[in-house]
Amino acid sequence: MNESKIEEVEKQYRQFIGRKMVFILFSLILTFVIAGIAATLGSYPVTVTEVYSILWHGIPQIITNFDLHFITSHGIDAFFRELFTMKEYIVWELRLPRILLGLLAGIGLAIAGTTMQAILRNPLASPFTLGISAGAGFGATLAIIPGIVVAGGEYFIIANAFVFSLIPTFVIIGLTRYRRATPETMILAGIAMFYIFEGMTTLLRYFAMPKEEAEVFHWLVGTLGKASWDGILPISIIVGVCFPPLVWKSWDLNVMGAGDEVAKSLGVNVERIRVYILLIASLLTAGIICFTGIIGFIGLVAPHICRMIIGGDNRFLIPASGLFGAALLLGADTLARTMVSMVLPVGAVTYFLGGPMFLYLILRRRREYW
Amino acid sequence: MKLEVKGLEYRYSSTDVPVLRDVSIELGESELLGVVGPNGAGKSTLLRCIDRILIPQKGCIMLDGRDIREISRIELARRIGYIPQDSSHVFPATVFDTVLMGRRPHLGWRSSERDTAKVLETLKLLNIEDLAMRDINELSGGQRQKVFIARSLTQEPELLLLDEPTSNLDIRHQLEVMEIVKRVIRERGISAIMAIHDLNLAARYSDRIIMMNGGSIYAEGKPSSVLNAENIRHVYGVEAKLGIHEERPYILPVRVCVNR
Repeated sequence: MNESKIEEVEKQYRQFIGRKMVFILFSLILTFVIAGIAATLGSYPVTVTEVYSILWHGIPQIITNFDLHFITSHGIDAFFRELFTMKEYIVWELRLPRILLGLLAGIGLAIAGTTMQAILRNPLASPFTLGISAGAGFGATLAIIPGIVVAGGEYFIIANAFVFSLIPTFVIIGLTRYRRATPETMILAGIAMFYIFEGMTTLLRYFAMPKEEAEVFHWLVGTLGKASWDGILPISIIVGVCFPPLVWKSWDLNVMGAGDEVAKSLGVNVERIRVYILLIASLLTAGIICFTGIIGFIGLVAPHICRMIIGGDNRFLIPASGLFGAALLLGADTLARTMVSMVLPVGAVTYFLGGPMFLYLILRRRREYW
Repeated sequence: MKLEVKGLEYRYSSTDVPVLRDVSIELGESELLGVVGPNGAGKSTLLRCIDRILIPQKGCIMLDGRDIREISRIELARRIGYIPQDSSHVFPATVFDTVLMGRRPHLGWRSSERDTAKVLETLKLLNIEDLAMRDINELSGGQRQKVFIARSLTQEPELLLLDEPTSNLDIRHQLEVMEIVKRVIRERGISAIMAIHDLNLAARYSDRIIMMNGGSIYAEGKPSSVLNAENIRHVYGVEAKLGIHEERPYILPVRVCVNR
């Protein structure tokens, strides 16, 4: 009797894990489907099946004709123009970068949000509440209005946004040298940084010329429209480098969910992990939003939705919310491009579509916490 | 396992009065040490110092002759299990996954079949198999306490530290929890230190008791010698009547002393 009960529990546990795997698979397929649909959007008609076929056949073509020397001297654009037919060129050069940017940004922002919520044990933690987005916004504004830049050249706004978005994190980590790295201290410090940078940005914009003001405004609303292969490469490196250590520490993140004391007694160096994860998640966010502008909400909402569906085990939650975040961002961008006759910025669309969806989920959830 | 605590002093900040003052204790194999004393006497702080959650300013704690400051956190986690009073989870976690956390000091980032088996074994030991897939936040205080004990037991420690294991529990759960603790101490040869408010439970289950007052040890010894009317009046300011049941004292608090 008792033995069969144990077997029953074991079976239930395996089914529980199975359900999580199914959800991850579902998110993966969803992302692929949305990506396929997104690739058909634009003035040149391409069908979904054509898109997949072009991508599938394009890869061996690129590999066999790969010429690093030509690409570095003439650019990827020229390489594709030489290699592909018109239709293929449109998919590879014009549409794929936007989709890849959406994918990578969705994955990165969602897992940054998931891990920040875990280390701070707070359902409101996101790149926004920790001042990272505000820092990036200030960096970009500083580059556009008074023209103060950390690096010259073509990418000065990106460089500025990247450097300034990391300042709030370094200030928060600096504070933990004087105060213990508790979630409360870190969140309050993050909110303080948010206001400081928002204040400075507002002040700069107050004195800006209408043309500069318009440029700042466009940067701050976040879009995937600036996507190009030149941006995809650094972002994929950042996402690729930051993802493994976050998953690697997912077990520690689970344990930290039980509180600092318990986590310490289970052998986790709580303060050190908190600083380490915050640093990686900030780097990830910074690397993305400096290219896209400020895209909020994905980092807050994707982890919550996934937690409602598969529970709080970070070993599954991190990959799941990454994929779901990618689907969410790509889906929002696709809607932003099709809802009305003009293309809307995805940054704003994620707010007004994500908000009601989130409210609906709050009403539907079974429990009173996350 | 042998634990020695010598001359421990702890203050929460340098200006405060110490919460622990010159506390020394010894603990041997398979021994259950009860720590009693009024609120703020330093019981919980003592447990946290022993598990190195708090670092004392003075004194040292030796585990089998080694200073715990020289033992890595992960090794310490394999040897000492800590059960907090009650802790809330912000995010959902099933009972199974919570108990599996106890394996954290023994594994990398993957859990193996063996870890799953250990969890199942412990759930069965505590008779909480039925709760396995429930969420930790949906449980009653007593059920949650059992889950925390299960988590510590899958940790396979040599020393258990229990902080008020019976607070918030009804009398049935109090006895169940205490019987489980007593049983694993006997069966697995581990030792335990238990901070506890309930003097009757302390008297009934402890092999030895220390009574703390204002951060230092006021009395130490067998339950029958420590728990007497004189000590209770002095430490708690309460007039109490005592009786003996099965060679152990029981305490009936009568009234608050007006002038101690």
